[in-house]
Order: sequence, then C-alpha cells, then structure tokens
Amino acid sequence: MDAKEVEELIARGIPGAHVEVRDLTGSGDHFEALVVSEAFEGKGLVERHQVVYNALGDAMRVRVHALTLKTLTPSQHRNRR
Amino acid sequence: MAEVIEQIESAIRGNKIMIFMKGTRTFPQCGFSAATVQIFDELGAPYGTMDVLADPELRDAIKRYSNWPTIPQVFIDGKFVGGCDIIRELYDSGELEPMVKAALGAGAGR
Repeated sequence: MDAKEVEELIARGIPGAHVEVRDLTGSGDHFEALVVSEAFEGKGLVERHQVVYNALGDAMRVRVHALTLKTLTPSQHRNRR
Repeated sequence: MAEVIEQIESAIRGNKIMIFMKGTRTFPQCGFSAATVQIFDELGAPYGTMDVLADPELRDAIKRYSNWPTIPQVFIDGKFVGGCDIIRELYDSGELEPMVKAALGAGAGR
C-alpha cells in the first residue's frame, strides 16, 4: 500500500478534506497523515481520529500497521502557518 | 467474549489510568506503546497495563470495545482518551497533566 492510496481512501471518506500522507519507513505500512476538514469542527480528538479510521475501513485493520495522525479544522490549520 | 469484556472493564475500574499496550511497561514491544508509557512515567503518574500480545482475544476485544483499531489505548478515569498520537498531543499542549491529576485526585479522597 503506498501513501497515495492511503491519501485517496481518506479523501474519499471525508469529502472536501485536505489530506497529506507520508510513508515513514518506505515499507508501505507505517504512515503519517495530516487531515484538515470541517468535519472535525466541534469534535474531540478521539472522534476525529475515528472519522479517519472509518474512512480507511478494512485497510486500517489489515494493511496499515501504524498511522500517525494529525487532525485539524481549517481554522486550526490556518493558525499553524 | 463476555469474560474478556469483564476483564477489560474491571481493569479500567481498578486503575485510574489504564494502558492496554504491546508488551509490558519495562519491556514494551512496540515504539508507540513505549512512547505512551514513557509520558506517564515522566508525569510520575501510577498506571496499570495489560499486554495485548499475551492474549489475542484481548487484543481483538479491546479494539471493538473502544471502536479504535490500534494499540496502545489509554483510559483515564474510566474514559477512553486515545492512542499514542492523542496522548502525545495532549501532553505537548499541557492538557494531559491536569487530566491525570484530576483523575488521581478523585480517587485519593475516598
């Protein structure tokens, strides 16, 4: 599984989200993802991560060993820049 | 199945901070589990752990119990708080320490 596939799965599951995925080890199972979406507005970290995990579905359970996640709302993302 | 759920719930009830992890606190078997227990060690907070690698049924059950696909999983005062990323984020932002203190303080009065 490459970073692009992970990116597409997340983007498909969270319409309108800005998604950046990096393969941390080059082995196709340890990834780091930045997801920026309005869907995170008003949600705690647990719920936000669950939204991303749900978008990944079976891939998360079977093919992805580790995913380091950063979940931001659009306004949080702007403030970081 | 019911038995393992009872095991999970009793661990969460019995420990103000409960960490389901890979390996043990002295010999973590995964970098994410190691990073998580290290944060609680830095805070000097007492915590319980259970090794999901020692019990495949537990490993499966805890994921379904909290609707969370990865290990480690941290529960503070009976509530699922998150995995390694969230704990790290809460620690870096300074939110984790008051949560831990509140949880431990709540137990001390009894």
